[in-house]
Amino acid sequence: MPISLKDEAAIAGIGLTEFSKNSGRSELQLAAECIKAACDDAGISPSEIDGLVSYTLDSTDEIEVARAVGANDLTMFSRINYGGGAAVGTIHQATMAIATGQASTVVCWRAMNGRSGKRMGQGVSGDITSSDLVHWSWYTPYGMLIPGSWIAMIANKYMHNYGVTREDLGLVAISQRNYALNNPRAYGYGKPLSMDEYMASKMIAEPLCLYDFCQETDGGCAILITSAERARDLKQKPAMIRGVCQASTRGQEQMTSYYRSELTSLPEMELAAKLVYEQAGLGPHDIDAACLYDAFTSEIIMQLESFGFCKEGEGVELVREGGLDIDGRLPNNTHGGLISEAYIHGMNNIAEGVRLVRGESTGQPDKNVEHVLVSSGVGVPTGALILGKD
Amino acid sequence: MTDPRRIKPPMGPDNGWWWDMAAAGKLGIQRCAGCQTLRHPPTPMCGDCHSTQWDTVEASGAGTVCSYTVLTHPQFPGYQYPLIIILVDLAEGTRLTSQLVDCEPENVEFGLPVEMIIQEDPDGFKLPVFKPAGAA
Ligand SMILES: [Zn+2]
Repeated sequence: MPISLKDEAAIAGIGLTEFSKNSGRSELQLAAECIKAACDDAGISPSEIDGLVSYTLDSTDEIEVARAVGANDLTMFSRINYGGGAAVGTIHQATMAIATGQASTVVCWRAMNGRSGKRMGQGVSGDITSSDLVHWSWYTPYGMLIPGSWIAMIANKYMHNYGVTREDLGLVAISQRNYALNNPRAYGYGKPLSMDEYMASKMIAEPLCLYDFCQETDGGCAILITSAERARDLKQKPAMIRGVCQASTRGQEQMTSYYRSELTSLPEMELAAKLVYEQAGLGPHDIDAACLYDAFTSEIIMQLESFGFCKEGEGVELVREGGLDIDGRLPNNTHGGLISEAYIHGMNNIAEGVRLVRGESTGQPDKNVEHVLVSSGVGVPTGALILGKD
Repeated sequence: MTDPRRIKPPMGPDNGWWWDMAAAGKLGIQRCAGCQTLRHPPTPMCGDCHSTQWDTVEASGAGTVCSYTVLTHPQFPGYQYPLIIILVDLAEGTRLTSQLVDCEPENVEFGLPVEMIIQEDPDGFKLPVFKPAGAA
């Protein structure tokens, strides 16, 4: 009998460091600080942590951070691959562990000096041969070295097919910046972005310009997960995990799934949508707000289609009618997202999903937010999460 | 000091032959010995018939642009900007990521017919790139 993950676990705490361009401390310290903050938010001691999950890209070992925060026995520790594709995957690991009794208090974290330390997308090379390095080597000798170049190939085809313009991408960037204006944690706090500024900004990988890209950030973000039952007795209103999944589909590559017959949709995201909706017993009409992964603006428009908020090729119409704004059909990335809050590899988008369910976002819509959809990285093996009120 | 040369591929049993063919002036495609399916990028096993036996065919070099991007920033040593990267649908049916040369960025378009040429770097490294079909 398969075990359903629906409503077995809940997010009971979120913890963040400040976001900056130079944290001035180690990634281990950022990890320890955000994990301690998540425990404080939940009202428990870090000594109660018995499970830890992070990204393969995270530089901090579970046992190092466990010593730093004073955790005791660990009975589950795990890593998820594929950059931002790992975000929701960490929650999936934690939820499975809790539902099957492998651990009771799991913290998922991502802590990175993403600006002052090792920057993402500075090129991949090496003398050692592995399947991953061979994969990248179909691109790096040609000069495709940064994530924007890999995504631009898909974005250009998609935009050409469906008549999406640079101004449309600008609408996404501006919508998210408008949310960030009110979020003191955000890079975009108090810094409005106009369409003129957007259109005049530096082109990086046609059709993507500077403002289509996410931030580069130093900071940490941790999410504390425990059983639904226990979460009800803790300090915060639980954000129930209605559904959570990982998804990769045939022909999948990391960032460069260029060899499928059709390039203008996101098959892995469509699989994530199918799985997460089925598990939660919900559909797109039940989703009140979203934190769709936004390393690039074009990804938002494509995901509106993957998750069934509109038909194929019609994502841009939802954007043009203000659907992503605070009073729209699907308020999205109400903290500013990876584009205008911070780039903590999607972990900060999960934290925002929790705030929306609690009713505590700086971009909280007036309407009742019963269910929030959160997605992992686009163009990579990915996943989706639906959080709901208890 | 930054190495002014392009990043070289690691060479292993799954991909080294492709670069060896490029060094010999040829554009290679892997062919499954079990079911004759052409595949790119190469893999050591056929996902259809599961044969680990394969050989290679030499592509004609003719294709059309399936998608493209023009890279302008940041500029890494070893590459010339603006850099036009293309996905090419080869006449043989496989698709390949490569570079378009001898073409202004404003002239690249979806469906543009292209043909392969071998580009040689000052250090002797050779890689297959494309130019608009029929261009001098
Ligand atoms: Zn075969």
